Amino acid sequence: MAVAPVMKPAASSADPILKVEHLSMRFGGLMAINDLSFECRRGEITALIGPNGAGKTTVFNCITGFYKPTMGMMTLRQKAGKDFLLERLADFEINKRAKVARTFQNIRLFTGLTVLENLLVAQHNTLMRASGYTILGLLGFPAYRKASKESIELAKHWLEKAALIERADDPAGDLPYGAQRRLEIARAMCTGPELLCLDEPAAGLNPRESLALNTLLQGIRGETGTSILLIEHDMSVVMEISDHVVVLEYGQKISDGTPDFVKNDPKVIAAYLGVEDDEIEEVIAEVEEVAHEVEEGGQK
Amino acid sequence: MAPVSATPGRAEASTMARALREAVLAGIIAFGLFVLYVGLKTDQNISNELILVPRPGLLAIFVGLAMVARFLGVLYIQPAMKRRRDAKSAAADLELQPSYVKRNFSTIAIIALVLYPPLMVALFGTQGSLKWVDNFGIQILIYVMLAWGLNIVVGLAGLLDLGYVAFYAVGAYSYALLSTHLGLSFWVLLPMAGILAALWGMILGFPVLRLRGDYLAIVTLAFGEIIRLVLINWTEVTQGTFGISGIAKASIFGIYSFDVGAPNNFAKVFGLPMSAAYYKIFLFYVILALALLTAFVTIRLRRMPVGRAWEALREDEIACRSLGINTVTTKLTAFATGAMFGGFAGSFFAARQGFVSPESFVFLESAVILAIVVLGGMGSLVGIAVAAVVMVGGTEMLRELTFLKAIFGPDFTPELYRMLLFGLAMIVVMVLKPRGFVGSREPSAFLHARKSVSSSFTKEGHG
Amino acid sequence: MEYFVQQLVNGLTLGSIYGMIAIGYTMVYGIIGMINFAHGDIFMLGGFAALIVFLALTSLFAGVPVVIALLVMMIVAMIMASLWNWTIERVAYRPLRGSFRLAPLITAIGMSIALSNFIQVTQGPRNKPIPPMVSSVYNIAGITISLKQILIIVITAVLLSVFWYIVHRTPLGRAQRATEQDRKMAALLGIDVDRTISVTFIMGAALAAVAGTMYLMYYGVVVFTDGFIPGVKAFTAAVLGGIGSLPGAVLGGLLIGLIESLWSAYFTIDYKDVATFSILAIVLIFKPSGILGRPEVEKV
Repeated sequence: MAVAPVMKPAASSADPILKVEHLSMRFGGLMAINDLSFECRRGEITALIGPNGAGKTTVFNCITGFYKPTMGMMTLRQKAGKDFLLERLADFEINKRAKVARTFQNIRLFTGLTVLENLLVAQHNTLMRASGYTILGLLGFPAYRKASKESIELAKHWLEKAALIERADDPAGDLPYGAQRRLEIARAMCTGPELLCLDEPAAGLNPRESLALNTLLQGIRGETGTSILLIEHDMSVVMEISDHVVVLEYGQKISDGTPDFVKNDPKVIAAYLGVEDDEIEEVIAEVEEVAHEVEEGGQK
Repeated sequence: MAPVSATPGRAEASTMARALREAVLAGIIAFGLFVLYVGLKTDQNISNELILVPRPGLLAIFVGLAMVARFLGVLYIQPAMKRRRDAKSAAADLELQPSYVKRNFSTIAIIALVLYPPLMVALFGTQGSLKWVDNFGIQILIYVMLAWGLNIVVGLAGLLDLGYVAFYAVGAYSYALLSTHLGLSFWVLLPMAGILAALWGMILGFPVLRLRGDYLAIVTLAFGEIIRLVLINWTEVTQGTFGISGIAKASIFGIYSFDVGAPNNFAKVFGLPMSAAYYKIFLFYVILALALLTAFVTIRLRRMPVGRAWEALREDEIACRSLGINTVTTKLTAFATGAMFGGFAGSFFAARQGFVSPESFVFLESAVILAIVVLGGMGSLVGIAVAAVVMVGGTEMLRELTFLKAIFGPDFTPELYRMLLFGLAMIVVMVLKPRGFVGSREPSAFLHARKSVSSSFTKEGHG
Repeated sequence: MEYFVQQLVNGLTLGSIYGMIAIGYTMVYGIIGMINFAHGDIFMLGGFAALIVFLALTSLFAGVPVVIALLVMMIVAMIMASLWNWTIERVAYRPLRGSFRLAPLITAIGMSIALSNFIQVTQGPRNKPIPPMVSSVYNIAGITISLKQILIIVITAVLLSVFWYIVHRTPLGRAQRATEQDRKMAALLGIDVDRTISVTFIMGAALAAVAGTMYLMYYGVVVFTDGFIPGVKAFTAAVLGGIGSLPGAVLGGLLIGLIESLWSAYFTIDYKDVATFSILAIVLIFKPSGILGRPEVEKV
């Protein structure tokens, strides 16, 4: 293989929220991620894209602690300036202490709990402290009652944002697919994250649900300043909402930059469409056309 | 429409034919199943050798019963059940206002339970009430409490525990040993037994929490057996299979005693005639209070973060971890809380019997408790209480059926059939109501209106 | 050294019996994912069938050769146990297939209680001893091996080979393995899933019945409670070896037999079951899927 081509470096920001350096993950003989480095900037939406099997979800699982990476360093810097090395934290501590929340590719809701209860479970750690690790709460101390009320207020806030307030008392398993996706995001937000990782949030949504999702995500970024890292296949979503795109193929980064830059990067096009080098020009034209149509479709 | 009118008759005839065919088939199968076990009986003759005694009559009865049951089943019961199912699905859309009794079930039940002992005394006299208060009242309430305790582990947290009886044993032996050796009173030892059992819950729970599903089940079963075997074999302390007897009775907070010789004997102080019934009535209220405490704590905990985390754990463990919930401590608290109530019940059991031996803590007990939890509907306190009444009360009833002796002859002992019928009842109830008596789940918080969650959404846990 | 080898032989004999019962557990678990708690009682029923046949044979034909007697006992026991297990599956498990996971477990426990009490009621609660059938004993290099032990080990080995052949080389075995992997897909591909499951129950019961016959021959006594302890041990064996794995079940059975006899020989017989269960717990803590079980991959 030739030397990696010079690519327009993603403008290195002074304040990255997440810095992934030399991340590698090996499953037996398979190198799922190979020496991957990238950054997520604070307050921005970073998209992780790539063909099927490129290792996107594996990256997520490493960041959120479900896998322990074979090698590499993942540094999360909170607003207050505190650093966490994610690979050293236990899975639940990544949410509890480092404040990274995530959603799952195949939605994982507590289907037998109501929508509201799902959001209350997400506030477990706050409520645990307020209830004096259950004991004070069991004895009926007022501090817990107050915290309990506040937790319902927070849940209500996110239910309104996710347009689910009407369904608050229904079992989560009873919601339609798109609403379940939004609920999962709302639930993640209830943990008060600094970085929100979304694994294919738009997968399987119809255009109307897609639109509702975009509104929710824009709202989250605009209002809370939460940084977002997302995996997505739906290019219209990626191009429309992300500030920065990282492209993976076979566990390696092949492109990194603004959506416009990535869209026109021949390597990306080749990876997605699998074409010879000399056909790339053609493909670029096609892709632009499609992107244009998609944009128009989105505006409708 | 003329040709159609002929079909009902034909359909009936074909159902009849099918019923006959099925009945014959059932008869053949029943003959195969029972020919050796019912048709022949192994008996010892005078020289202590085993001989076979044929019982063709009994075999014929078994086969006949199977045929008749199948025949009636195909002909009447299956169509009736189908009609009921259809009627039910048609009526499902109607929002039914629950009746007064249904809405206030818990209150009514508690009042009835408080009034139960005096009512029994009024009906059967002081001595006559003994059986009703002890065999039915206390016995059922112990199982209710145990099942409510296990419900925290199985019903809420979704962890399948097949060795729950171990904690019951720990509680019972804690009380038995500490009261005989140290002379501590029931009211001091009750909380201690609970704490010890909870401690054991954590000790046993910690290594196995990584296990999932049926692995957890078998290891908890193994732990239950280990504890029982240690109780049998560690004779210096536990006196092995002989058990520990002469365990002190509980007192009314040290004010009144139930020891016959004591100066502050309850009956003496109040100038009542001596009877064991007072102690039983007192114990009835103690176990009622303990059971209600279990229910109260469970209800309270369900509305607290830890209880919600238990239920979330049952629904999806991975999602729990992604939300920053420490699943290990969450599971441990469930184990320990469940074990604690088991320990309370155990120390009560020791005080009631005055005697403990490993015999009382066999796997069958764990199985019965688990069966009550599942038959009641996992997580539902009311359902579980109903299941305990039906299963335990029902089998206790068999002891009362002495009139059957008149029919089957004096050798007939209904007790012998108690566990057989218990096992069969477990199967029948489960097949008819796989989700238990109460399948739906009450949410722990609501915004607009409390709606119960249908069982089709709740999960049962993998751990 | 001779003492050790002697115990090894005893352990292998016992382990063969456990292994044969364990296969029934592991196959049923593999195919429908339930613990068939009544399987131990099927083993007991097999033992009783053998006992009754033995008594019938000796009273009707006084001088019947031992080989023929054993063969008839085994065959009748296999038929009886198969018929029972088939009926049990039809009546108590099939109606619950696809519903709630704990429901069939509870019916299985109920079935176990009902079966042992059924035998207690119909056959009486006492021990049922029979005169020794096979009493030849060989002395090889200071080690006594009884013909009984040789018979048990040989029969186990032969049956396991037959069994292995069925599962791995016949269309029936293929149907079983397919159903195990994915019941829905197997049904879509035209496999009669109900029938395959029934056959699995019959096969497991037949092996348990053979084990029951061997047990009766080896110990010369059977009683209605005999289903429980060997049943739990065999289930422990199945889990220890890795539930769902056939070689695992046999391996687990042999291991448990060896642990038991070696522990009884060198330590105290009182705590032999404690030793067995403790080793199970220890193995599972370090290898949660058993010795030969495939590790359960946590899909995120």
